[in-house]
Amino acid sequence: MADFVQQFVGGLGAGAIYASLALALVLIYQFTGIVNFAQGELAMFATYIAWTFIDAGLPFWLALVLTLAISFVGGMLIERVIIRPVEGAPELTLVIVTVGLFIFVNAAAGWIWSFLIKDFPNPFPGGALQAGGVSLAYSTLGVLAVVGGVMGLLYLMFRYTKIGLGMRAVATNPESARLVGIRVGWTLAFGWGLAALVGAVSGVLVAPLLFLEPNMMGGVLIYAFAAATLGGFDSPLGAVVGGLIVGVAETLAGSYVDFIGSDLKIGVPLAIILGVLLLRPQGLFGRAVVERA
Amino acid sequence: MSESTDTTETTEAAGAAEAVKGGSGTPPGVAGYAVRNWRMLALGALLLLAVAAPFQLVPFRVFQLTMVMVYAVALVGLNLLVGHAGQISLGHGAFFAVGAYSTAVMMYHWDLPYPVTFPLAAAVAFVLGYAFGVPATRLRGLYLALVTLAIAIFLVPLLKRFESVTGGSMGLTLEKPEPPAWTGLAQDQWLYFLALAGTVLAFLVVHYLLRSRVGRAMHSVRDNETAAEVMGVRPASYKRRAFAWSSMIAGAAGCLYTWTIGFVSPDSFTVNLSITLLAGIVVGGLGSTWGPLLGGLFVMFVPSWSQDINKAAPGVIFGLLIIAVMYVAPTGLAGLAGRAAHWFNKTRSNRILRKG
Repeated sequence: MADFVQQFVGGLGAGAIYASLALALVLIYQFTGIVNFAQGELAMFATYIAWTFIDAGLPFWLALVLTLAISFVGGMLIERVIIRPVEGAPELTLVIVTVGLFIFVNAAAGWIWSFLIKDFPNPFPGGALQAGGVSLAYSTLGVLAVVGGVMGLLYLMFRYTKIGLGMRAVATNPESARLVGIRVGWTLAFGWGLAALVGAVSGVLVAPLLFLEPNMMGGVLIYAFAAATLGGFDSPLGAVVGGLIVGVAETLAGSYVDFIGSDLKIGVPLAIILGVLLLRPQGLFGRAVVERA
Repeated sequence: MSESTDTTETTEAAGAAEAVKGGSGTPPGVAGYAVRNWRMLALGALLLLAVAAPFQLVPFRVFQLTMVMVYAVALVGLNLLVGHAGQISLGHGAFFAVGAYSTAVMMYHWDLPYPVTFPLAAAVAFVLGYAFGVPATRLRGLYLALVTLAIAIFLVPLLKRFESVTGGSMGLTLEKPEPPAWTGLAQDQWLYFLALAGTVLAFLVVHYLLRSRVGRAMHSVRDNETAAEVMGVRPASYKRRAFAWSSMIAGAAGCLYTWTIGFVSPDSFTVNLSITLLAGIVVGGLGSTWGPLLGGLFVMFVPSWSQDINKAAPGVIFGLLIIAVMYVAPTGLAGLAGRAAHWFNKTRSNRILRKG
């Protein structure tokens, strides 16, 4: 039993990371209807920026704040420069453009920082909390706390600030939002900036667990997609719940199903995506879309 | 993607329209015939060139051109799905790999003669494509992209896992097909002609498919799904078929790959292959007849040239080109060439009209 709880908690820790990247995906999807395939690579790029600051001798938390600021501005710039010209284009075009961005960012990181793996410091203390035969690593607790905090801040922003209200208006109906004087273009850019920031958090959280290299986020991205599909692509809460479920499912499947083991765990998100599409295509918390001619 | 109509159709339509405009002076259809004849001549010249090439080039170049054709076949499949049915696959490398591994397993474990493996490998890829297409094509194209990406990522550990069948990380090494004695060809030349035959077959299959009822239904799904459904075309059914056929052709390409290389290993079929294929077809020209061939040349030669600059250079070039192509030339290189040819035809038929 203790072993099961142990695995479960470990799964929550992994799930929190998937949740944070899924949250970034959902943020962009909500406002622009774009699934950003480059989200993971942007997170990886941001993590490299943080690594560069830390390598230059800056304290971790200062480096983090600088990285988040750069990510936010970078996300806005990407929306303005790369996404704006194809705004409202068919989905195929949008997917291809973000895949192009994916390839470009991945290769650019390899060009700048080389493909050799780098160590990334863990911001949380080593040890673990012992309770009833279950040990809970401080780093897992830290990850859960950070993701919970990000989620809470986003909720407060959407619920109580003017810009949050504006963003919700744009997500619901861009034309009407424009008519009441909301600057839709800049709101979309703000959304991209926010998503890049949340993505950067997930990159910095995942880097100490994996190693920092240009393909670091490839696997995480697919878990995040599974999380967003499970929770519903238009629900931030769904992304977080979905992320935790995916993390737990993957960890439990890896340790209790012999056939899957640690090497085939990456099949779990595929199974989850296929299962959700067959049973409840809009996801747990999503709305079914009705198309009008 | 509404402007990405087939270049053949546009030029033919333009020719016909101009013939009608010609009215009393020129007999109807003359410009159209001229264009068609000109195209047939160009096609014949290209085929002749393709047949002569392996006798003129050094073996390494012959090998490179063989690989160009292998990629071109895979891209014909991807073009059918992305360019003509408007669905996106980020995992076509996986179906390519399924074809390649099916061929390898049939030749290595079962000792089947190599010509038999071609239709079987294609059939295996078809069945898998159909199975995954069922859930993925019920909704918008986005979900197909997600599912295919997940398949591409899952495939490599799966191949490594079933070591007794796939040879694990070490892969399988096979005897390449030997040329029959009566041909008097060297092995590289024989492989080249096998690939050429596969390419011509793939182009013909897709060419006639697109001119059928099915092809028109696919175009309607691509251009306006809701309208297509109102007209009685079931989008999910056509998307699923497009995906299955497209996987089948990718599987056939995988079979040609195994014949050409004589070796398969999981690391040849990572997600990078899928993304490279997508880059190839986008740059080559979505929905165009010659896009796959141009794309094949692109994915074969651009990485090997640019790798000298930096290991990451091919990725940077691919990424930037994909984005640039989507902005300025959604029909890719083939579209640009088509536009140039169209302009040329227009000026020429104008001249004919003026004379008449």
